[in-house]
Amino acid sequence: MMITVTVNGERHSHDVEPRLLLVHFLRDVVGLTGTHWGCDTSNCGACVVWLDDTPVKSCTALAVMADGRTVRTVEGLERDGELDPVQRGFMECHGLQCGFCTPGMMMTSRWLLDRNPDPSEEEIREALSGQLCRCTGYENIVRSVRWAAENPADDSTEASQEVSPS
Amino acid sequence: MQVPAHFGYDRATSIDHALRLLARHGDQARVIAGGHSLIPMMKLRLAEPEALIDINGIDELRGITVSGDELLIGALTRHADLLSSAVVGEHFPVLHDAERVIADPVVRNFGTVGGSLCQADPSEDLSAAFVALGATGVIRGAAGSRTVPLREFHLGPYETAVAPDELLVEVRVPIRPGGSSAYTKVERRAGDWAVAAAGAAVWLGPDGAITDAGIGLAAVGAEHFTAPEAEEFLRGRAGDDAALVEAGKIAAQHCDPQADQRGPADYKRHLAGELTTRALRRAVARASGQEA
Repeated sequence: MMITVTVNGERHSHDVEPRLLLVHFLRDVVGLTGTHWGCDTSNCGACVVWLDDTPVKSCTALAVMADGRTVRTVEGLERDGELDPVQRGFMECHGLQCGFCTPGMMMTSRWLLDRNPDPSEEEIREALSGQLCRCTGYENIVRSVRWAAENPADDSTEASQEVSPS
Repeated sequence: MQVPAHFGYDRATSIDHALRLLARHGDQARVIAGGHSLIPMMKLRLAEPEALIDINGIDELRGITVSGDELLIGALTRHADLLSSAVVGEHFPVLHDAERVIADPVVRNFGTVGGSLCQADPSEDLSAAFVALGATGVIRGAAGSRTVPLREFHLGPYETAVAPDELLVEVRVPIRPGGSSAYTKVERRAGDWAVAAAGAAVWLGPDGAITDAGIGLAAVGAEHFTAPEAEEFLRGRAGDDAALVEAGKIAAQHCDPQADQRGPADYKRHLAGELTTRALRRAVARASGQEA
């Protein structure tokens, strides 16, 4: 089946099997391996990307369900070479250890901050409750999101609206 | 790698279109909405439909509205939308209690109300909550619409009153004055299926007595998720703690939990009683204005 998906602002048209999962479409067809393929059971959240403007576990979505829609992956977080505050927060606060859960954690964190720019620790933990860090580095992940909340990009509102296809 | 078996894929553009597609494929097709129950089952090859009919583009299946003395919830309403709806929280706190403990925020973004009900997992939370509220499902087929009380909706594990050529389109919840509701659940870890869970709705008379009660039980083998003996016990009684404890005991006696990796049967039976009582306490407190 022919599908066209706009990933991080670029249109990608490919002929895919209906059974192809979105995570494998992004990694193996589009070639964006920043999205990690983890538990394969919608538990761990390593594969979280945005479908239109909402985070989804891409191991539990079909690529054909993204046809005609936009996807934002971790590669789409930075803007013109400038890291997103969430990415900088993970650097500043040691939010990643092995790094496997990091892309999904950051995608959900960006979504949280767009909706709630000043979340409490409890709100951060609730937002990330569907995502697992096998290094158990949750303390620093929460600190990283708080860092991003306290250090927003000057044009963060504008940047978050740039997801639509150009 | 978990990969579903091959299947065909059709995108329905309207309810009628979906029904035509269902009629064409017979019982070999499955409807897909959020897909967060069906896709995992297909990856494990526990489900191998020949065709998937994607209903995500059918806007008429979406939305939460009040019409007369009923709350109407479109089958394609996402869990996240039910949880964020002020009108739902105002009338039916049991639904917000339940949604807060269904999976996790990212899964709730895509999983749907109708999908959860139609998947008919015996541990599913909304089924118990809707049963407590006396909700009704609206099912569309080629011949038109029919309504089925949620108390008769579940025929057994993973089996519902929706025929292969039909579609659940809406859930209707009666809005009745003088009542409130609550949901309690024990889970092994955040976002897991219930070890046991109970939903309760009560309606109080001017003297504080219980005029009507609804109880829904999940994961404990209660037929149709119901506890009719405990409900009957409560009707007409003062809503004092002794009555709520006794109702819990009755609910526990009449369910049929099975031992599995989530716990032994006697533990689940204990939970069924205790959680029923706690849900009732909270529903009574809310109905009498003592708790938000």
